[in-house]
Amino acid sequence: MHTITILPGHDRNGNPETFEALHLRPGDTLAIVGPTGSGKSAFINDIEVFAQGDTATGRRILLDGETPPERFVRDPACKPIALITQTTKCLADLTVEEFLGMHLRARKITEGDLIEKTIRLANEFTGEPIRPECRISSLSGGQTRSLLIADAVIISNAPIILLDEVENAGIFRDRVITCLKKSGTSVIFVTHDPLVSLMSDRRIVMGNGAVKAVLEPDGSEESVLKHVTEIDLYLSSLRERLRSGEVLRETVAAA
Amino acid sequence: MKLIIVAGPPSAGKTAVIRQILSHLPVKNAAYLKIDVIYANEDEEITRDFGIPTRKVISGDLCPDHAGITVLSDALLWAEAEGAEFLIVESAGLCLRCTPYTTESLGIAVLSAISGTHSPYKMSPMIALADAAVVTRIDLVSQAEKEVFREAIRDVAPAVEIVETNAVIGTGMRYLMKIINDLQPITDPAALTLRGSPPLGVCTVCVGKKQIGWENHFGVVRRLEGADTLFRGE
Repeated sequence: MHTITILPGHDRNGNPETFEALHLRPGDTLAIVGPTGSGKSAFINDIEVFAQGDTATGRRILLDGETPPERFVRDPACKPIALITQTTKCLADLTVEEFLGMHLRARKITEGDLIEKTIRLANEFTGEPIRPECRISSLSGGQTRSLLIADAVIISNAPIILLDEVENAGIFRDRVITCLKKSGTSVIFVTHDPLVSLMSDRRIVMGNGAVKAVLEPDGSEESVLKHVTEIDLYLSSLRERLRSGEVLRETVAAA
Repeated sequence: MKLIIVAGPPSAGKTAVIRQILSHLPVKNAAYLKIDVIYANEDEEITRDFGIPTRKVISGDLCPDHAGITVLSDALLWAEAEGAEFLIVESAGLCLRCTPYTTESLGIAVLSAISGTHSPYKMSPMIALADAAVVTRIDLVSQAEKEVFREAIRDVAPAVEIVETNAVIGTGMRYLMKIINDLQPITDPAALTLRGSPPLGVCTVCVGKKQIGWENHFGVVRRLEGADTLFRGE
């Protein structure tokens, strides 16, 4: 298990960031919030490439307190981080089965049933099931996202996962979060979603390309989280009913 | 003189990679030559942004790699006369079969992470004879896609150095710069040859004569000075 340390850089005007050092320990969940263009994706991209002051933000990323050795950055089999981008298209011209098989080959894994396991997990996240013989390029945005997350958990087996806007592809994000927490994976969510933000242990607020605040709620948001969870369950049930073709005729009490 | 030859299909990000190399070079002592078929303005932009000597060769009816190979000996003299330490040559990147890399140069193949899993197989000579394969647009793909694309490159060139980058921002370029910093100067420009044989054809380059410079070829050739092609009979 690894600890990631983020050392401050600067905002778009070159002013230094005010946090001291941010540690991401095994099993931690962290939400990055802020308006669009505030530097959220740049923040996780810094972590993904183990920036050493060579990106636009000037941040440095340490692994277990030290500059990571080159193979941890360049050899995917040693790299402890998997980034799932915002892009919901994967342009591999392969079937799902071939794609996962090629990834297993890249990782020199010979265990037999990981392809089925990965597809099974992906199908827990998505509404319309993925079949092994589907072409990767013809999967929907949500199916692609689900498959890449399941791959990161099962095949990449990455201890740290960076998820850029998990909510925007129409997948069951609560199931994704529960699954990731259960597997002991450290996760950083870039998110605009209140539930994802509140379910995370800590929250980083971004603005003008820099970290503005690091918040640790300490249970004080418990009541709001409970309320948002109920609202979310209600919205999910409506979503599923609408998806299945229902007409929602019930009368709802005004708020 | 140190020679860097950058190849790769159109729109793979060759120029973006070269701009990153130029901005990372400690001293701006490079010269840049762009080979293209019909149109190119990279030379003007690079002169404007980096203040280095640049040239372009528009190959017109001639195969651009053929044009590049025949002008290369003149181009080395030109870069030398300009006082450059590096000559960076950017290919047109049309025929993926050709590999314009020479001996005693650094050969860089540029390919885009979103060009499909089969693209490394299709351009295998261009990758297999390169020293480094630079994969651009890496910010647009997730971990699994990255690794699968990498595996396709490894299939065609098990030993090539793979550098993954978002060439607009320059992430990962530190590994390419490390390779460039280790590049040795050319010892004898007259002894440079192509690393691989271009496809069979009718001209002396196409039939496998690997010397560079128009003076070593017959058929349709061209010099750096003068835009006209020239016929040299045996």
